[in-house]
Amino acid sequence: MIDILLYILMGMSFLCFIRVLLGPTMADRMVAIDIFGILVVGICALLILKTGRLFLIDVAIAWIMLSFIGTIALGKYLTRNKLDE
Amino acid sequence: MKYITLFLMTFILWLLFTFTLGIYSLIIGFVVSLVITLLFGNRYLSDWKLYYNPVRYFWALVYLVIFIWECLIANFDVAYRVLSPKMPIKPGIVKVKSNLSSDIAKTFLANSITMTPGTITVDVIDDNIYIHWIYVSSQDPSVYTKKLIGRFEKLLKKVFE
Amino acid sequence: MNNISVILIIVGIAFDLFGCIGLLRLPDLYNRLQSATKCVTLGTCSILLALFLHYGFTSVGVKALIAIPLLFFASTVGAHILIRGAYKYGLKLTDKTVVDEYKEVDQ
Repeated sequence: MIDILLYILMGMSFLCFIRVLLGPTMADRMVAIDIFGILVVGICALLILKTGRLFLIDVAIAWIMLSFIGTIALGKYLTRNKLDE
Repeated sequence: MKYITLFLMTFILWLLFTFTLGIYSLIIGFVVSLVITLLFGNRYLSDWKLYYNPVRYFWALVYLVIFIWECLIANFDVAYRVLSPKMPIKPGIVKVKSNLSSDIAKTFLANSITMTPGTITVDVIDDNIYIHWIYVSSQDPSVYTKKLIGRFEKLLKKVFE
Repeated sequence: MNNISVILIIVGIAFDLFGCIGLLRLPDLYNRLQSATKCVTLGTCSILLALFLHYGFTSVGVKALIAIPLLFFASTVGAHILIRGAYKYGLKLTDKTVVDEYKEVDQ
């Protein structure tokens, strides 16, 4: 049961990677990476239920904070630069 | 007093994060909260008295329930727009005027708007909030102001002012 | 595992799926952020809530519970700063856009 749900979540992260491949600009790609970061938290939560290794919740919390810092850095970069056509 | 409030908040957060009562963990948490308090105590919590008023916590709870309900309803709406083959979207950026005065209330209003699916706050300049909306149903300012922020604004006024 | 947490996990994964489909289908970055960030965040919050219901008030359960507001604020602030940055970066809005009142501020 949990196995099937985990496979579905991993399949969805492949959908994110398709957007990374397709994305016309850099911003599109980074948005897809950001979404992938949130999906990883869900994967961590399901892995706790599957394997019973309780430290994975700390991994999930640290992942939330790190992906937040990455998003903020990208936003600052986008604000200060212009798209050259 | 301001410093003590901030210290209590950071220390309780540390206790929840570690969730042990070992002596070393307590000492590290104490020292880290003390350093954070001394560094940043001056900038935040200018209105610390508000944190000791129990009536506000009740309204915050009501606000939370209404917010989660709105969130669920709107999420189904966005899911319908994404899944239907014709994709009935009509996006646009609209300007909404709010009459909240304090900064933290405005922050919470902007965060609530962002979290209800279908709308994202693009920018907050003075009293105007610029919102990207996935389906602009009417172009009349009074109608969409009521629709987007009316319900949140009344409760936030009670919570933060 | 009790039934409520199974239902919450399935609902959460369904919302994640809608968000990812939106990420692929919608026409421009602004609309993609609309569907993706929020559907995916709500879905993941639902999975974490299921974790809390399964473990109760133990260390994992409480940590899952405080991860929920953390994820909420991280993803809202992230979405806001990404959409503002994309506008300042000069990405075009899609052709279906009906109104743009931010233009006057940007210049």
